[in-house]
Amino acid sequence: MGMTIAEKIFTSHLVDEPFAGTRVLKLDVVMCHEITTPIAIDDLMARGKDRVFDPGKIKAVIDHVTPSKDSKTATQAKILRDWARRHAIPDFFDIGANGVCHALFPEKGYIRPGYTVIMGDSHTCTHGAFGAFAAGVGTTDLEVGILKGVCAFREPKTIRINLNGTLPKGVYAKDVILHVIGTLTVNGATDRVMEFRGPVIDAMTMESRMTLCNMAIEAGGTSGICMPDGVTVDYLWPFIEKEYASREAALAAFKKWWSDDDAVYDRVVDIDVSALEPAVTFGYKPDQVKVIGEIAGTPVDQVYLGSCTNGRLEDLRVAAAILKGKKIAPSVRAILSPATPKIYRDALNEGLIAVFMEAGFCVTNPTCGACLGMSNGVLAEGEVCASTTNRNFMGRMGKGGMVHLMSPATSAATAIEGKIADPRKYL
Amino acid sequence: MKSFAGPALFLDRSDINTDEIIPAKYLTEITKQDLRPYILEDLKLPGFDPKGEKTSSARVIVSRANFGCGSSREHAPWVFEVNDINVVIAESFARIFRQNMFNCGMAAIELPKEGLDLLFGYAGCEDAAIAVDIEAQKITANGGGKQHVLSFEISPFDKALVLAGGWVDYADSKY
Repeated sequence: MGMTIAEKIFTSHLVDEPFAGTRVLKLDVVMCHEITTPIAIDDLMARGKDRVFDPGKIKAVIDHVTPSKDSKTATQAKILRDWARRHAIPDFFDIGANGVCHALFPEKGYIRPGYTVIMGDSHTCTHGAFGAFAAGVGTTDLEVGILKGVCAFREPKTIRINLNGTLPKGVYAKDVILHVIGTLTVNGATDRVMEFRGPVIDAMTMESRMTLCNMAIEAGGTSGICMPDGVTVDYLWPFIEKEYASREAALAAFKKWWSDDDAVYDRVVDIDVSALEPAVTFGYKPDQVKVIGEIAGTPVDQVYLGSCTNGRLEDLRVAAAILKGKKIAPSVRAILSPATPKIYRDALNEGLIAVFMEAGFCVTNPTCGACLGMSNGVLAEGEVCASTTNRNFMGRMGKGGMVHLMSPATSAATAIEGKIADPRKYL
Repeated sequence: MKSFAGPALFLDRSDINTDEIIPAKYLTEITKQDLRPYILEDLKLPGFDPKGEKTSSARVIVSRANFGCGSSREHAPWVFEVNDINVVIAESFARIFRQNMFNCGMAAIELPKEGLDLLFGYAGCEDAAIAVDIEAQKITANGGGKQHVLSFEISPFDKALVLAGGWVDYADSKY
C-alpha cells in the first residue's frame, strides 16, 4: 500500500511508538518566538535542564511585539535574547534583522522537503509549502522539542484537496484558502494533514503556496503540505546548490517524498477554482466566507496589509499595482507591515513603498503586532478592519473590533473606497 | 495526578477559541499565576460572566464541539489550571489545545453529543458537580438530586501523560 507524503515523513523520522497510534518523531527544526518560548525557558531553568538538543536546529526570532512596547514585552524579548546568546544559537534574529517568523525562516532557507518542523505558533503549518510536516504546538511540546529534539503526534490522516482549473483575474491563493475553509469548516480538518494538489498548485509561486498552507490551521488542520517540485527547487536553490549537482538532481531527490499514486486518503475534496470570486469573511469564524458581491460596500475604519499570511513581496506588488497613483479614502487609515526586512528592502527598491506612502499608508517595521491585537494597529471598540491576516475571532485585533479577512488585492481596493470593494475593477 | 472534580461551568457553544479563553494582550505575562484574573474574558455568551461566582467556583468545564480552536497558546490551559480547572469535557477539541491540556497533565475529555446533552441537562442545577475518573474512564454528574455515570474513551498515550503529570516529565524519563 502506498504512502502519503506525511506518512513518508513520519516513517523516516520515527523515534518511538509508545502506544498504537502515537508517533514520537525526531525534529529537524524547532522554531521559537518571544511570546510562547520564555515560559519554556523559565521551566527548563527551574528544572535545572537549561539545555538545547542542537543549537543549529533551533531558529529564534523576536517578532510578535517588536520593538518592545512596554516593560513586559521587553522582558519577554530579553529572556529569548539571553537564552539564544547563552546557547550560542546561530540563527537568532533581533531588531534590525527580525521579521514575522513564518515569512522570515523560509526566506533564510531553513525549511526543506521531508523535514519535521514545530514552533509554539499555530501558523507553523505555513512551512508545509516546502513539502515539510510543520505543526504548531504549545509551550510544553516546544520545551521538550528544545530539550530533546522530539515531538509526539497521532498518526497522520490526510485530506487531499485537488485544486483544478485556472485562477481567474483578481482571485489569489488567499481567496482559494478562504473558499477551502468555508467548504471544510473550522474543524473539518482536525487531526488531519491538508495536502494541496493539482494544476493550480503546480502554477503557484512558493509565496502563494505559503499563503495557502498558512491557513490550514483555520480548518483545524495539523499541517498544510504541497509536493516539492521545480518551483520549490528554484526557491531553495541558493541554499542547496552545494548539496546537489544540478536542479534536476535536487528535484529527483525531492520527489522521493511525493505521495504515492496508491496512497490512502481520509477524504478527497475536488475544487474547480475557475469560477471562484474574491472572498471575504464575515462574522467571527474563518469559515464564514462570502464572495465579494455579497459584502462589498461594508464600511471599514482600518486596512491592514501584512502578516505571515500575506505580508510577502508578491502581496505588496499586487496591492501596489492597484494603489499606484491613487489615494486611500479619507475615512480610513491604512497600515502596511512588510513581513521581513528583505521584503521591506525589496519593496523599497522596486518603488512599492513609495506607492503605499503616496496613497496614504503608514508603513511599519516587520512585526506580527496588529494581527493579534498586541501592537501597531489595535482596533478600538466597534471598529472594523479589512485585513490580509488569518483570524477574524471576536476581539482578535482589539476588544470589540471586527475583522474581515481578504486578499491583498481586495484590501487595496477597500483602502481606496473606504468600504469593502471588488479588486477586479482596478486590474 | 491533578484533581478532576467539582462544580461545573457550562459553556453552551461550539468553536470557543483561545482568544476568547485568554486574549492575546495578556500573553505578555511571564508567569502562569499572573493570567488568573483574565479567564474567558472575551467570551460572550448569554448569562455568562467571566468575573462571576460560577466561573470562580468552577473546577470542570463542559462545552460543545471544536473547543480551544485558534492560537497554539498554552496560556489557554494555564489560565484554567491557575483557576483550579483541570478538565474540559467537550464533543471535540482543536488538536493543539487538546495536546496542550494533556501535556500539562490536565484532561480534555471527548464525549459524543448524546452524552454531552445529558451533561448539559445539569446546567440549570445550582449544585451541578462533575467528577472525572481518568483511570476508570468514568464521568459522574451530580445535581438537583440526580446522578448519571458515563464512560469515555481516552487514548493510552493521553492517559499516560495525565498519570505522569505531563509531557516534560514523561519525555524526560524516556527520550
